[in-house]
Amino acid sequence: MNDDRPEDEARPDEAPGDGVGGLERPTGEHRPRWRETLGIVLANKLAAFGLVVLVVLILTAIFADLVAPYAINAQDLTRRFEPPSLQHLFGTDEFGRDLFSRVVFGSRVSLQVGAVAVSISLALGTFIGLISGYRRGWLDTVLMRTMDVLFSFPVVLLAIALVAVLGPSLRNTMLAVGIVFTPIFARVVRGSALSVSQDLHVRAARSLGASDLRIVFRHVLPNVAAPVIVQTSLSLAFAILIEAALSFVGVGVQPPEPAWGLMLSDAQRYRTQGWWLSVFPGLAIFLTVMAFNLVGDGLRDALDPQQRSVIESRGAGGDA
Amino acid sequence: MARFVLRRTAQSLVALLGVSIVVFALIHLVPGDPIRAALGTRFDPEVYELLRERSGLDQPLVVQYVDWLGRAVQGDLGVSFRSGAPVTTVLAARIPPTAVLAVASLVVGIVVAIPAGIIAAVRQGKAADYLATGFSQVGVSIPDFWYGIMLILIFSVTLGWLPPLGYTEFGEDPVDFARRLILPAVTAGVVTGAILTRFVRSSVLEALNADHVRLARAKGLPERYILRHHVLRNAWIPIVTVTGLQLGTLLGGIVIVEVVFAWPGLGRLALDAVERRDYPVLQGAVLFMAGAFLVINLLVDLLYAKLDPRIAVR
Amino acid sequence: MSGPLLSVRDLNVRFGTKRGTAQVVRGMSYDLHEGETLAIVGESGSGKSVSTLALTRLIPTPPGRIEGQVLLDGDDLVTMPEKQLLQVRGTRVGYVFQDPMTSLNPVHPIGRQVTEGMRFHLDVSEHEARDRAVDLLRQVGIPGAEKRLDDYPHQFSGGMRQRVVIAIGLACDPKILIADEMTTALDVTTQAQITDLVQHLQEERRMAVIWITHDLGVVAGIADRVMVMYAGQVIEEASVDRLFAEPRHPYTVGLLMSLPVLGDLRGEALTAIPGLPPSPTDLPDGCSFHPRCSFRDDERCLTEQPPLREIAPGHHVRSFYEVDDATARAASAAQRIEVEPPEASNDDGSPDAGPPGGGRP
Repeated sequence: MNDDRPEDEARPDEAPGDGVGGLERPTGEHRPRWRETLGIVLANKLAAFGLVVLVVLILTAIFADLVAPYAINAQDLTRRFEPPSLQHLFGTDEFGRDLFSRVVFGSRVSLQVGAVAVSISLALGTFIGLISGYRRGWLDTVLMRTMDVLFSFPVVLLAIALVAVLGPSLRNTMLAVGIVFTPIFARVVRGSALSVSQDLHVRAARSLGASDLRIVFRHVLPNVAAPVIVQTSLSLAFAILIEAALSFVGVGVQPPEPAWGLMLSDAQRYRTQGWWLSVFPGLAIFLTVMAFNLVGDGLRDALDPQQRSVIESRGAGGDA
Repeated sequence: MARFVLRRTAQSLVALLGVSIVVFALIHLVPGDPIRAALGTRFDPEVYELLRERSGLDQPLVVQYVDWLGRAVQGDLGVSFRSGAPVTTVLAARIPPTAVLAVASLVVGIVVAIPAGIIAAVRQGKAADYLATGFSQVGVSIPDFWYGIMLILIFSVTLGWLPPLGYTEFGEDPVDFARRLILPAVTAGVVTGAILTRFVRSSVLEALNADHVRLARAKGLPERYILRHHVLRNAWIPIVTVTGLQLGTLLGGIVIVEVVFAWPGLGRLALDAVERRDYPVLQGAVLFMAGAFLVINLLVDLLYAKLDPRIAVR
Repeated sequence: MSGPLLSVRDLNVRFGTKRGTAQVVRGMSYDLHEGETLAIVGESGSGKSVSTLALTRLIPTPPGRIEGQVLLDGDDLVTMPEKQLLQVRGTRVGYVFQDPMTSLNPVHPIGRQVTEGMRFHLDVSEHEARDRAVDLLRQVGIPGAEKRLDDYPHQFSGGMRQRVVIAIGLACDPKILIADEMTTALDVTTQAQITDLVQHLQEERRMAVIWITHDLGVVAGIADRVMVMYAGQVIEEASVDRLFAEPRHPYTVGLLMSLPVLGDLRGEALTAIPGLPPSPTDLPDGCSFHPRCSFRDDERCLTEQPPLREIAPGHHVRSFYEVDDATARAASAAQRIEVEPPEASNDDGSPDAGPPGGGRP
């Protein structure tokens, strides 16, 4: 009689035979099952809430022209600094522009920066991580030492330095944030690739003469998908946060783009004329970031229960 | 132990070298001639030549780097493109405000996170746990600069309790120093605290579920004693590490918070340098902060070795 | 012999889970006498560990709930105030758990982990406690014990760590030692050494031992009595000789048949019983074992819970049917080779520990 399950009697909350459906991993394969994953994420109320917020947000960004009651730069100097009302849900700014409309259009900037920046780090990081983890050897050492160096910088500081060099603009902000996040992805992917490439089924495939490319696509990539997806969601949150911060201090997105961080920066000059100018754009950033974080946490719990708390959004992260 | 210290120190030095290369490279990534870029279209050719010579931009890259590093090690980080003052002097004036703010924020963060995380873990699934995890979720998602703005709106603009901006040296007026420190320290500290709360909670939870804790209970030890000597004592190890790593985020956050509160620290300095294209000053500020981060992490790791006998013996 | 040292009556342990109530231990009753060795055998999740943790309320409540009576020298541990219970743990009931690699706290020296219980329960000074610890460590066979008190767990091998854990279990002279899968994580040679050691200490101290294992092979060499658990219930209980010679419950027979014939095959899965045990949140109606039972042939098995019947003095079976003689003998024969070496080679003179099979008709 052999134990095919760990003796876990003393942990009743994971009572025997109570493994979360379908998530027990019988063998070396760690492929996530998407349909079930979605189910688990939705069963988590907070993650479901985050997902709803995200959907609303994305729709808002896509249909901003329909949602926003006023044009993005429609000025009405007779109606400066009006407090929130039915005509102007979030009030008006120093040029009499409708703040609600500007916040709506701002969602485009934030989501765009988040999406492009994270795509850059995802692509770069996955590439570096795969090579590093799969090939190992000196290349691995060189790449990982380079990533370590990038990791040694406080994230915001490195982003500022990069933008300073590239010149502040929307495009360069996305590029800088993308570079800054690359090491996180490289590490996550490398870790998974390393363990997967040691798995029996991969070693077997290799000994049967499968090409490296085939092994990477058939075996390694599907197995690194789960941690990468979790990291993507959490990084989106952080990327949007950093973009807002950079724009706020003047080294990110430049006027007249309707970036939330820029709106807050402007609002500082009129702090006493209108609290709403400082409140609503910030609230928008907060909600967006939280939605991505909640979804990310939900995904992590669903896809990779052991990874809880290992990768944290915002954390300078990783092992020192 | 000695070997661990040596190895870890060597690693930090290598990382520092890497950081210096990146910082050095920054200025060379600027498209065109950085001095021209800094001086703008109208400038004194003599100043230009002087700056060019002082910054050694006419030399091959490797020579420039070695030169620059050699001088940096001796505390010479060049001169400001703007004021002509030595970068080291410029930095020196800005370090104390940032250090004060960093330490104060860290204290706020730790004071918030440790009790909140421990209580959340010990009372897992109860109201206190939801409160603490809710707080940390909000704190992790909130933009620190916006949070600072809100604090200013509430405590300065509306209530008028605290000054919204500025910095006073401790020696000049200790009371005003403290009053001006509160809002920025709370801003940066609470966000750090929110992140740390998660780690403290999960570290304590993990320690609580360890087999040796069950054995400690089986020995008939009181719960309080177990919590202290078998749970928290073990949870400190990850908590200390993460707190060290979190300092990177904290420093980054402080850069932004300094702008919100007009705090004359390194962050403001770096951002002003960006705006004025004063690259040597930017280099200096970035190098110093990244270096400080590395040194702190080294110290944290050494402390870690002290907490974990498994490392100390090796 | 006077009355039993420990008397368990109708012990039930439930846990509230997201999927409903898990009935982990159901209606367990037994007596344990001074110096006796009781083995509780079952698969993972059969409730054997939880049933012994529940004796001194070592399971978290909530989500757990313990009902029934646990009388230790006349004191009911189920209703005893927590404060008093702390005095019971360690001093009257000692535990040794499965995994020596995780049972010790990595950040404290082992000496301290042995002495801390004594410092709370016995009226001893730090110095006396250390002396006692050295003595204990010597008894459990740690060479150079006095020099090793300040060493950390990672400086010991697995077998040595388990000896330390045993020393901790014995630190306050418990009347009962509960050994929960104590040898499972160890290699075969070390297993035999540790088993010998505990038997030796048991004899010296006239301690009762509850030995929890999923390995019937271990049981044969050491136990006086055996309880087989399935899905939280005791389904067969008998003296060790009798259980091995005349198993009567289909599950017990299955277990015996599935024992590997050669000792070195033990790591392989040789389960002869098809299927898996039921989930404690979703127990079948009727007999818990019926979905896997090859003897079932009656409507009763599906609808009615079989009672624990005494079919011979001291031999209880929870089944409507008893396995016939021929099958029982086959099962008994199947494990005979396993029983004789190496456990049976303990020349400790214990009358009950000899190889079974003397056989009553």
